[in-house]
Amino acid sequence: MKPQVWRRAGVSLLLVLGLALPLVVSNGYYQQVIVLAYIWAIATYGMNIILGYTGLLSLGQAGFFGVGAYTAALLMLKLNWNFWPALLAALVVSLVLGYLVAIVSLRTRGHYFAIFTMAVGVILNLVIDRWNGLTNGEVGLVGVPGPGSIGPVSLDSDLGKYYVVYVFLVVAVWIAWSLRHSLPGRALLAIRNSEDLAEAIGTPVMRFKRLAFVLSTAFAGVAGALFAGYMGYLGPDVTSINMTFNMLLYLLIGGIGSIAGPLLGALIVSFLTQFLQIFQDYQMLIFGPVLVLLIIFFPGGLASVPRLIRRRRARDHAAAVAMAEAAAIEGSGSAKEGA
Amino acid sequence: MLNVEGLTKQFGGLKAVDDVSFHVEPNTITAIIGPNGAGKSTLFNLIAGALPPTAGRIEFEGRDVTHAPAHEMARLGIARTFQTTHLFEEDTVLDNVIIGHRLRTRSGLWDAVVRSRRHRAEERECRERAYEALRFVGIESLADMPVRLISQEAKKRAAIALGLATQPKLLLLDEIAGGLNPEETQRVMGLIRKLVEHGYTVCFVEHKMHMVMSLADRIIVLHHGRKIAEGTPDEVRRNPDVIEAYLGGAAHAAGE
Amino acid sequence: MDEWGVAMTLLLQEILNGIVVGSIYSLVALGLTLVYGVMEIPNFAHGHLYMLGAYIAFFLLTSAHFSYWPALLGAVVVLVVVGLLVERLVFNPLRKAPQVNAMIASVGVMLFLEALAQAIWGPNYLQMPTPYGNVLHIGALSVTQQQLLVVVAAIVMMVLLNLFLKRTMIGAAIEAVAQHREGALLVGIPSGRIAMLTFAIASGLAALAAVLVTPINLLFPAMGTMVIMKAFVIIVLGGMGSIPGAILGGYILALAESIGGAYISTNYQDLIAFAVLVLILSIRPAGLFARRA
Ligand SMILES: Nc1ncnc2c1ncn2[C@@H]1O[C@H](COP(=O)(O)OP(=O)(O)OP(=O)(O)O)[C@@H](O)[C@H]1O
Ligand SMILES: [Mg+2]
Repeated sequence: MKPQVWRRAGVSLLLVLGLALPLVVSNGYYQQVIVLAYIWAIATYGMNIILGYTGLLSLGQAGFFGVGAYTAALLMLKLNWNFWPALLAALVVSLVLGYLVAIVSLRTRGHYFAIFTMAVGVILNLVIDRWNGLTNGEVGLVGVPGPGSIGPVSLDSDLGKYYVVYVFLVVAVWIAWSLRHSLPGRALLAIRNSEDLAEAIGTPVMRFKRLAFVLSTAFAGVAGALFAGYMGYLGPDVTSINMTFNMLLYLLIGGIGSIAGPLLGALIVSFLTQFLQIFQDYQMLIFGPVLVLLIIFFPGGLASVPRLIRRRRARDHAAAVAMAEAAAIEGSGSAKEGA
Repeated sequence: MLNVEGLTKQFGGLKAVDDVSFHVEPNTITAIIGPNGAGKSTLFNLIAGALPPTAGRIEFEGRDVTHAPAHEMARLGIARTFQTTHLFEEDTVLDNVIIGHRLRTRSGLWDAVVRSRRHRAEERECRERAYEALRFVGIESLADMPVRLISQEAKKRAAIALGLATQPKLLLLDEIAGGLNPEETQRVMGLIRKLVEHGYTVCFVEHKMHMVMSLADRIIVLHHGRKIAEGTPDEVRRNPDVIEAYLGGAAHAAGE
Repeated sequence: MDEWGVAMTLLLQEILNGIVVGSIYSLVALGLTLVYGVMEIPNFAHGHLYMLGAYIAFFLLTSAHFSYWPALLGAVVVLVVVGLLVERLVFNPLRKAPQVNAMIASVGVMLFLEALAQAIWGPNYLQMPTPYGNVLHIGALSVTQQQLLVVVAAIVMMVLLNLFLKRTMIGAAIEAVAQHREGALLVGIPSGRIAMLTFAIASGLAALAAVLVTPINLLFPAMGTMVIMKAFVIIVLGGMGSIPGAILGGYILALAESIGGAYISTNYQDLIAFAVLVLILSIRPAGLFARRA
């Protein structure tokens, strides 16, 4: 029970820290860096479900981010919707579109899937970029309303917006965590490990892949809607494939497949980029090689450090394992010989 | 229990399995033998629903399952191990095996996110089934070890445990003793006997002749995808077709 | 000229443009398909090797005052070396890793190369000089010398590549591996060397294509992104690993784009490739030329 108590204390502490953060960091600019990192982290949690849990490289994520962002922004600007129903609509649209894309894209395998989803992402990006009549093209949309107010409490202030995004982040982490530790989540991990084995133990692989894909697009869509409401303006550049690559970077630095990974990665990359001049000028000159080195030497990312330490300990116990094993199997073996 | 009729699988121009018929009685051990590339693994893939047959018919417990997909076959009660175990090496033995019972549960994403009572109960049930299966195959004490640290034999046992966690009736074991030394092979043979004693039905593919001869109730011999013989170990041993087709293979197996 | 004549001229002009662009697509797709066929890596950085080739030539032309052909040769040589380095340092260590890892690594290389070009040459569009800027008139059609050069050079390169793959031992080995992987073992050439050579050829072809075409277009650090994405479309359509598929696919896509762009909408011209890909993979998930199982 003890480790569980510790874990609970740790999680509570983090939650409180998150609540207190904007009170401590009062500089508006820094707050914005943090909130944007949260938003991209939410989208990256989606990517983690499809790539980290299920093992499928989906390169259309930024496209779905754009679908969510533009759905919400256009509903607010053109039809005068409120933020909240617009956000719900963004969720629904990215779910439905995600489902349609899932049906066709998941019939392809391996690299074809990556290329197919890349093409979907490019199409979404190009449509948003070129459809001047609807999206205002490269100029983008301005004056997107924020979350408004609940009763007397305004959510349109910096503080209010921070807490709105924060709540969504917590929900995203919660979904990622409970999925990771649930039977459906284990089914996704089984698929990543071996589709054949997963099928053989009764996992309807296609159905679970669709679930993972749709979740990933829903996360991306909601993150996009939050982005639109938070920034107040929106351009097609946030839907380009480079943003998908950024998510990939967050995921790999933070730790692919892990719970903390997306948030950790998004925060670290954002902070390094914002606060170190050298990163600002030569961001990808450094992060490109970092990505390569991580994937070669350290594919688990930062979140895998504790496990690696434990693993070293485990290796020390390898001899003990062998002995335990010998005793166990020998014992059961002779019991059977007797039976 | 299992009834296979005229089963055929064609890969391009190659008939990997060619018009094979046989049946398996409940609570028996059936061995499938044949030289490398004879079509043994393909036959298992067909029965387990991993590959769609080109022609023929498969019946399991009186039900036509010719076109049932693999996950459906698992639900109906067929478990299998692969020629190379596909376990997730980084995870613990227990974490690998827990998922085996998922197919008998009903919780979905929503249950997981709201941590419903049903989900908690089913999680517990899966864990219990996993421990039960590990106990059965004799590696309960390795439950918390990462798979990559345990021996080849223990991995094979874990693969069987995963199959058992699905609550099968029929187990298909593809070269379960492959890569094991004689002593380990002997112990795994003990485990297969134990399976049958507990009411399971077993089909296995194996190159090790002494194992086939001493375990199997019936033997089916494949050669170039065709069934060239079937019978008790004694009958098969004396069958001239088998001796001819299999001479190289048998000599090879004896040398192992 | 009557109305019909104008329409014909327009069409011919678009076909001509399509052939020019198609030559470039084919050269880039050829390298991509070779690398994919031999190593099963969809190399996202390939388009950025192309971009780097253009910048190297630009540097040689403007700062080192090379003339056009030595600059082209220099760029190809530099890119061959870069290609070898990338293969040895990045992809070789990932041979045994899961499929997606190599893909992610190639994205890392791509991000790095783009940043590198931006750091050295800045984010702005640059114009590459060429001695072949004159416009020729063939009837009512107009074509620049550079455009003709692109077409001729591309065809020459394809013929040379074909000779290399068909007539030399190691070339045959590369083709064997690329087109049906099992054949490789028979030839008995170490697969490490095949991988390196393939990468060298692919990067060299990319550089060549880039130096040929950039005097027509413009240079900018992200110029490789759209090219690589279209090259992927081409090799998926042509069959991943297929050499004739890459050549044919390159020309077909470019023609579809220039004709579609002229008659439907230039605004959505870039969309054509991806829409076609999505359509085809939706109908045939294993690609147009999947071997039947
Ligand atoms: N998916 C596939 N596609 C094409 N050919 C296949 C496929 N699977 C198996 N084959 C071919 O079918 C034949 C039978 O293969 P199979 O794996 O069933 O043999 P096996 O009897 O299990 O051999 P071994 O004893 O070596 O395991 C072989 O020639 C093999 O190359
Ligand atoms: Mg086999």
